[in-house]
Amino acid sequence: MRSVALFVPCYVDQFYPRAAIAALQVLERLHIEVVVPASAACCGQPLANAGYERRGTRALDTFIDTFASYDRIVVLSGSCAMHVRTHAGEHNADGAVVASRTTEFCAFLHDEVGLPAVATLSSTCDMRIGLHIGCHGLRGLGLARASELQVPGFNKVRALLQTVRGVTFADLQRPDECCGFGGTFSVTEPAISAKMGRDRLRDYAADAAQAIVSTDMSCLMHLDGLARRDGVSLPMMHVAEVLNGGIAA
Amino acid sequence: MTNDVIDHATAASQFIADEPRTDWHDAALWWVREKRDRAASELPEWEALRELASGVKEHTLTHLADYLERFETEATRHDIVVHWARDADEHNRTVHAILAAAGATRLVKSKSMLTEECHLNPYLIARGISVIDTDLGERIVQLRGEAPSHIVLPAIHLRKEDVGDTFHEHLGTPAGLTDPDALTAVAREHLRGHFLSADAALTGANFLIAETGGVVVCTNEGNADLGMALAPVHIVSVGIEKVIPAVEHLPVFLQLLARSATGQPLTVYTSHMHGPRDGQRMHVVLVDNGRSAQLGRPDFWRSLKCIRCGACMNTCPIYRRSGGHSYGSTVPGPIGSVLTPGLDLEKYAALPFASTLCGSCTAVCPVKIDLDAQLYRWRQLITDSDVAVRGRAHSMGVAGAVLGRPWLFHAIGSIARLALRLMPRRLARATAGVWSRSRELPPPPAQSFHAWYRASRRELS
Repeated sequence: MRSVALFVPCYVDQFYPRAAIAALQVLERLHIEVVVPASAACCGQPLANAGYERRGTRALDTFIDTFASYDRIVVLSGSCAMHVRTHAGEHNADGAVVASRTTEFCAFLHDEVGLPAVATLSSTCDMRIGLHIGCHGLRGLGLARASELQVPGFNKVRALLQTVRGVTFADLQRPDECCGFGGTFSVTEPAISAKMGRDRLRDYAADAAQAIVSTDMSCLMHLDGLARRDGVSLPMMHVAEVLNGGIAA
Repeated sequence: MTNDVIDHATAASQFIADEPRTDWHDAALWWVREKRDRAASELPEWEALRELASGVKEHTLTHLADYLERFETEATRHDIVVHWARDADEHNRTVHAILAAAGATRLVKSKSMLTEECHLNPYLIARGISVIDTDLGERIVQLRGEAPSHIVLPAIHLRKEDVGDTFHEHLGTPAGLTDPDALTAVAREHLRGHFLSADAALTGANFLIAETGGVVVCTNEGNADLGMALAPVHIVSVGIEKVIPAVEHLPVFLQLLARSATGQPLTVYTSHMHGPRDGQRMHVVLVDNGRSAQLGRPDFWRSLKCIRCGACMNTCPIYRRSGGHSYGSTVPGPIGSVLTPGLDLEKYAALPFASTLCGSCTAVCPVKIDLDAQLYRWRQLITDSDVAVRGRAHSMGVAGAVLGRPWLFHAIGSIARLALRLMPRRLARATAGVWSRSRELPPPPAQSFHAWYRASRRELS
């Protein structure tokens, strides 16, 4: 039996346990043994992207120590996965090993579990969904073809969701425009951040998206916060929640 | 030039305050980005070209002194006088000395961002030289007393109504005239007189060819060609990073430049100069102005690969919604935020933070500059230096509403504890307050994932 260690980023742990529970259940339903080490809370990414990499050193060191003994580390966030993959190797030899063994949840399912196996989840979701792949997962980890690149098209996240019965996709004017979250950017540049998020929501609404589904709960925390402030109720969930079959609005 | 510290967040919020105009600006630039996508998609070898261009530039930059000296030797052979300028001041003095020696007092310029960078216009005007920018967009902002807001589309922040008002005030067009064709015809007439009376022309250059001593200028309006064809003195002001080894490398860049900049297969004019025409004098001023220092920075030297296409601006979701002037820098947008802090870290400390690190700039860049990675590196250096607090004081100084909300502290749980332990305290406190200005906080769940996991796995075992 295949086994992986699952990393649930701090904000998912605290604000979106439903996404982590869904991810855990999806992996286990696919006959993967999942370990969730208790000692890792944060990979240090939010601090590092804010310019305080050195203050996040301890967090990343803890991450490396925690996960060094696992063959495969699955991260429930494209942004955190990219941070570990890019920077853990700068710390020590263990970090380089951990970096090479770290992948993101959707990438793991698509590349290593495979679509036929994922299809056995037999989930149903009769919704027109707006797909949101976080920029770091998109361009940093290659979860889909970025619109700037002149290479053959692919979209691993969409392919995963296409195994779910009933799913249709809203067509976006700007499929991979950033939502404007950006970690501390959301509070150091609040006007642009909110404007970007509202523009993104408008793009989803323009093609009647009934839910927004993402690889990154951090993007959704921002988009959901903006939507609710404007009195809009739009379900927002992680890809794992859709694959797990249930959508709680 | 102001010496005030640039506060991008405040400038951006002022720009966004006029939301319809912001939407228009965003859409105009996105339209250019989409044109670029279509133009790039016409070349099956696009990604290979980017790789090749990046490689040529990296090779050249790591042999820069050799190629510059080769250029000087070959250009001199073609009766081009080559000057070297260490900084903006030396550049300005050199240009003025050339003009003074020729007795020239009427200069027509074709767009050169380098002369903007060096603030040449005020320097020459103060010395009695008339300086007319002849690119339409550049002329519009010159009449308005503004700086360009984009390196390729200098007046992209203006609508045709703004241009109509400007021409009404300065060129005597009828009030309310906003027809682009009519306004362009007026500008053409107005500029024609300046071309005919100019006694010197200054242009930038897109490429210097070391092997041949040639200068290549890519333009769309024909004004650079008209200027240098008519004036008895032609001055080329160019940054030292613009040299490429040989003419065989030129097509690589020509295929990428206009497609990336405006979605055109080529610019309308690609002019090659290998010396002055009969009776003319031609000068090339090679300008450093901080480029050698940037070349010496291991984290940032690759930014000098830039060919100034502006694609990173057109694609940048922050640039599109904040306008070029919000950066307070001659080169705005992602590439400006990487280049400009090297010139004055204290003044421009905010710029590397004016990004979500979405990486679109890196993916669109025709010479594959890793812009988001360089923005990340600048952030580390800035927060570690004395300028950090001043540069970001505005954004971090907001009072923390979180203190008045115990339920929030409870909900944030370990994040708050972790954040407070690791983050500068003021930043941590300010975070929740600013977040809540335009967004709801996530509703706190009954328990964290780890709490659920412990409980549920205990039940299982």
